[in-house]
Amino acid sequence: MSALTFTLKQRPDQRVDMSPLVCQKLADLELTEIGAITLQNGKRKVRVDELFGITGADAQNIVIKNSFGKLDFIGKELDGGRITVEGDAGAYLGLGMQSGEIEVSGDVGLYAACEMKKGKLIINGNAGDFLGAALPGNKMGMKGGTILVKGNVGERAGDHMRRGNILIEGNAGDYCGSRMTAGTIAVMGQTGRYLGFAMRRGTLLLWNQPQASARFNDCGAHTLAFLPILFASFKKLDSKFADGSAAFNRVQRYAGDMSEMGRGEVLVKVG
Amino acid sequence: MIINGVAIDATFAEAFPMKATRAIITAQNEKWAMISAQAMTGFATSVIACGCEAGIERVLDPSETPDGRPGVSIMIFAMGGKSLAKQLETRAGQCVLTSPTSALFAGIDGGTRIALGKNLRYFGDGFQVSKLIDGKRYWRIPVMDGEFLTEATTGQVDAVGGGNFLVLAESQPQALAACEAAIEEMRKIPNVIMPFPGGVVRSGSKVGSKYAALGASTNDAFCPTLKGMTKTDLSLEIESVMEIVIDGLTKEDIDKAMRVGIQAVCDLGAANGIKRISAGNYGGKLGPFHFHLQEIMA
Repeated sequence: MSALTFTLKQRPDQRVDMSPLVCQKLADLELTEIGAITLQNGKRKVRVDELFGITGADAQNIVIKNSFGKLDFIGKELDGGRITVEGDAGAYLGLGMQSGEIEVSGDVGLYAACEMKKGKLIINGNAGDFLGAALPGNKMGMKGGTILVKGNVGERAGDHMRRGNILIEGNAGDYCGSRMTAGTIAVMGQTGRYLGFAMRRGTLLLWNQPQASARFNDCGAHTLAFLPILFASFKKLDSKFADGSAAFNRVQRYAGDMSEMGRGEVLVKVG
Repeated sequence: MIINGVAIDATFAEAFPMKATRAIITAQNEKWAMISAQAMTGFATSVIACGCEAGIERVLDPSETPDGRPGVSIMIFAMGGKSLAKQLETRAGQCVLTSPTSALFAGIDGGTRIALGKNLRYFGDGFQVSKLIDGKRYWRIPVMDGEFLTEATTGQVDAVGGGNFLVLAESQPQALAACEAAIEEMRKIPNVIMPFPGGVVRSGSKVGSKYAALGASTNDAFCPTLKGMTKTDLSLEIESVMEIVIDGLTKEDIDKAMRVGIQAVCDLGAANGIKRISAGNYGGKLGPFHFHLQEIMA
């Protein structure tokens, strides 16, 4: 059965709420029924078949072609299945995602994977601010699953993060891991200012030395036994993180944020 | 049935249901993994007084362990789930947590989950760190040599305990040599342990005693020095009897272990003083698992 494919006919001026087009909501629907679903587009509602050409049948495998940065809420609360986005995605990609897999070939906007619960999100380009964070006013960000970003990420990645892995092959912006409660963020590139600001627990795993901070205390260099197991769990990813030469188990450990409860850690690769 | 001059009795070993778990201990090298494993499985020969039966299953190659270090797989058997969990936790806390460079992992993925390092984390006094990796929870407990890494839980499964056979020989050295040969072969079989010292027990027991306080006492029918003064099961030329007890995850595992063990004994044969193979049973009243020697060796 071929993938259920939505091909964008032309780019609308206003943003589009794509949240109705997730696998679990489209199962057992005919193409005509799917075409008749209405999407919020700015302040008006438009039919799916007005915006997209629809082909294929497998609702567990959705492909969105010609996607661009104004298609918001793709894969919102996705619960099983796979969504492939060819192009860029807008804000709130995979918001509250419960399981399944989303892959985006381009860049994504703000709040990608925010409050994600489980599953896998792969972003081949860059991600905006608040990746895996909590919605404004909420206390719990990402609660599980894995996010892989092959490019760079914006500010506040993992804000209020509770559990799961955020893997960033590129650079991270300011306030990476701010207000983290737990979980792991790994950054292969450079990190910005205020790393781990107000983090309570959790791990920031870095390949490069971050800017010095008075809020983190040096605990010395250590060989940590959990790191080989963590790296082994990355083996099945199509990523630099899966490369055996990227793995290490010797790190400089900084504890912080000492202005908070200080049980978090920044682990920086040694040598 | 006679194999290489050794008579195989038409009897059966009787075994009973137990609960079992497996854990993997790793360390900087095999020496320290083994030291920790030996400590963890120490004083665990029989549930009668030790609370559990435990043993080393095998040495693991670094490629087989979760953290890529040399390791040892150990198994613990107990009569019930609660006593098993208690034994596992106290032994892990006193023998693995304390052992230099060690780490502790689950050896059974399925089954009922019981605490492995889940409660040991409190030793970290609030400095412990949890990591959930691939659906498995690990605890990193700060200790003086660095960090003790342990998986939170391991699996508990239904198992079989008390499979056994007796080696009847013309002399004590010959009985021991035959048992050593058997144990060497039986250790190659997965999912089983032989919990007694070196895998061999010289003080097989019967149920009951003339002393009311004792539930078990010496198996006088197989004690060679009592041949003339009790209802003996030994012929005159038998001077020594030793037993091998096997606990396994399934009846089939114990079957296999008994087969290779008895075969190793029989390979030495009558020429080396081995006269008979028998087994301990209680008339079928003790447990539902019966291992008929002649069927196993058929």
